[in-house]
Amino acid sequence: MKKRTFGAIVLSAVLAASLAGCSGGAMTEITDKETNKTETASGSEEDSKDSIKVGILHSLSGTMAISETSVRDAELLAIKEINVAGGVLGKQLEPVVEDGASDNATFKEKAEKLLLNDKVATVFGCWTSASRKAVLPTFESNNGLLWYPVQYEGMEASKNIFYVGAAPNQQIVPAIEYMNENYGKKVFLLGSDYVFPRTANSIVKKQAEDLGMEVVGEEYTPMGHTDYTTIISKIQDVKPDFVFNTLNGDSNVAFFKQYKDAGLTPDEIQTLSVSIAEEEAAGIGASYLEGHLVAWNYYQTTDTPENKKFVEAYKAEYGEERVTDDPIEAGYDAVYLWAAAVEKAGTTDVDQVREAAGGIEFKAPEGTITIDGENQHMYKPVRIGMVNGEGLIDEVWSTDGPVKPDPYLESYEWAKGLSNVQ
Amino acid sequence: MELFLMQLFNGISVSSILLMAALGLAVTFGLMGVINMAHGEFLMVGAYTAYIVQKLFIAYLPAGVFDAYCIVAILLSFLVAAVLGFILERLVIRRLYGRAADSLLVTWGISLILQQAARSIFGSPNVGVKAPSFLEKSLRIHGMLSLPYKRIFILILAVFCLFGVYWLMYRTRQGRNIRAVMQNRDMAAALGVNTGRIDSATFAIGSGLAGLAGCALTWIGAIGPTLGTNYIVDTFMTVVVGGAGSLLGSVFGAGFIGIGGTAFEFFTTASIGKVLIFLCVILLLQFRPKGIFAVKNRALED
Repeated sequence: MKKRTFGAIVLSAVLAASLAGCSGGAMTEITDKETNKTETASGSEEDSKDSIKVGILHSLSGTMAISETSVRDAELLAIKEINVAGGVLGKQLEPVVEDGASDNATFKEKAEKLLLNDKVATVFGCWTSASRKAVLPTFESNNGLLWYPVQYEGMEASKNIFYVGAAPNQQIVPAIEYMNENYGKKVFLLGSDYVFPRTANSIVKKQAEDLGMEVVGEEYTPMGHTDYTTIISKIQDVKPDFVFNTLNGDSNVAFFKQYKDAGLTPDEIQTLSVSIAEEEAAGIGASYLEGHLVAWNYYQTTDTPENKKFVEAYKAEYGEERVTDDPIEAGYDAVYLWAAAVEKAGTTDVDQVREAAGGIEFKAPEGTITIDGENQHMYKPVRIGMVNGEGLIDEVWSTDGPVKPDPYLESYEWAKGLSNVQ
Repeated sequence: MELFLMQLFNGISVSSILLMAALGLAVTFGLMGVINMAHGEFLMVGAYTAYIVQKLFIAYLPAGVFDAYCIVAILLSFLVAAVLGFILERLVIRRLYGRAADSLLVTWGISLILQQAARSIFGSPNVGVKAPSFLEKSLRIHGMLSLPYKRIFILILAVFCLFGVYWLMYRTRQGRNIRAVMQNRDMAAALGVNTGRIDSATFAIGSGLAGLAGCALTWIGAIGPTLGTNYIVDTFMTVVVGGAGSLLGSVFGAGFIGIGGTAFEFFTTASIGKVLIFLCVILLLQFRPKGIFAVKNRALED
């Protein structure tokens, strides 16, 4: 290697390798206990007469593992509970766990494996919108069934997906209304640079216009961005009434630590985050987040008898120090909702389950949720919460009851034309 | 004006963080020529060491002495990472000297193993580390111009480390031996320097510096298994732009990327800013392929 170009070659090699590294962490992950179990019990349909195979497809390695492993845990807990109670249609559920490895191509490949090789009755999985969009064609062409546990940007309603997380009108829209009423009209938009924050903010901008609010800043940072001082300077310069935060992953830690360092408090400039739940709060540190607002449908502190039971069971299974949060709860709900639909249909056949699913109610930890048969989203209550000193979230406002899901925001005059935004 | 000064400070602060993170690499890559893709994971090791030290302080010592954890953490994160670096050099790296592509792949493999190990031990969610309370405030000069103590502390720490490395390399017998081995291994060996021992020690020092930087990073960013991947590109860029093998080069590299990057980000957006700084680096390397401060020597180019 000639020395002249050595530096340049090294630099490009490092770049390439580290970009690959984002997804490459993947390959080393050890397969899950459950996977081993099913693989030894050869996967043909004949063998599984007394059991029903269900797929679980989350990132267990790579950058998204931070969030998705807990959702897998909740789904396995629900499966275990259902099995103890006698299973579905008298058969035990047999989870097949696959690792999407935070890589969309891997997600697609594993989805194909689950549907075609394992012939699972349904799949619980995905977190990022990108991974959902990557597996969507696979589920549609093979008529599979995916239960998606995370709030998302809306503008989608596939007949092969049930959306158990919030649609935009069950999180973002009411959150902006709440902030407009309680904090003021100047909003600063901050998000990670990918599909969810950009689509969410295109909704917020339309809504802000309708409410007579002013968007005083809009910033996106690459995933894994570590320095927010410049953006915080911009925030201090334009002095918004609140920051609407759609940052995802590690960036939130850097942002909130540096926000506090800059001497900013929620009393001065409040923030509202839609991707920080109890689990992320623990990683950021309660002292940095105390007093900041978040919007979800469920908190660990949500006061229902079902939630008390759920939190106890989750901690008993996985450890006292673990916390539950919205996507974890949605993953848990998804399994019960599917089981109820199968019981009602009397079969695991996808078309008949889908037919039966509309109108099914489940007394979930967050309160009663109901499947909307038309768009396959859930009726859910909406809650604004404030992070407390222990890193848990206290509810400060909620809707009176479950809100009807409206993924395309058709019931809002200002949202016309938004469905084309992608 | 306030905004300008604030941004200038931000730029300098980002530079100091970069310098801190890149200093270890300036030793292992710059001096030794090992393309160490696991450098980021040494940062991670330091960060987790700080986390463990903090946990122990909370569990076993009275709350009054909590703030002292940062001194213990700084020392221990250096030590733990240095020992790990020493072991790695002995077991793996020493078999790969002079084989750039191989060492790149092997160290990348090591980085994946370390990441997954961290995930198995600490779990994949981020862990929280609280900065000592005397660093939590900021020095409010006027209006929005306020300088966080953490950032000032990291700046001082970076300067301190820089002078430490400078002193070690240019003012001690050990440093002279290191430089001799790096410049002409055979001649140094002929003169009685134990080159194998020097290699291990140098790699350990570089790794230790990374660990120390990792400890400082816990105060401003996320601590998780993927911490290293967030910094690896910027640190390599710092060393390459500055000129491998030159400490002063790394300082200028960090300044160039830190101040330039924040300025671009201020006038455009974070994503575009990143693109612009990469463009500048590519252009710079076109004209100065060995970086700003290329080390001149009389050896024939290989």
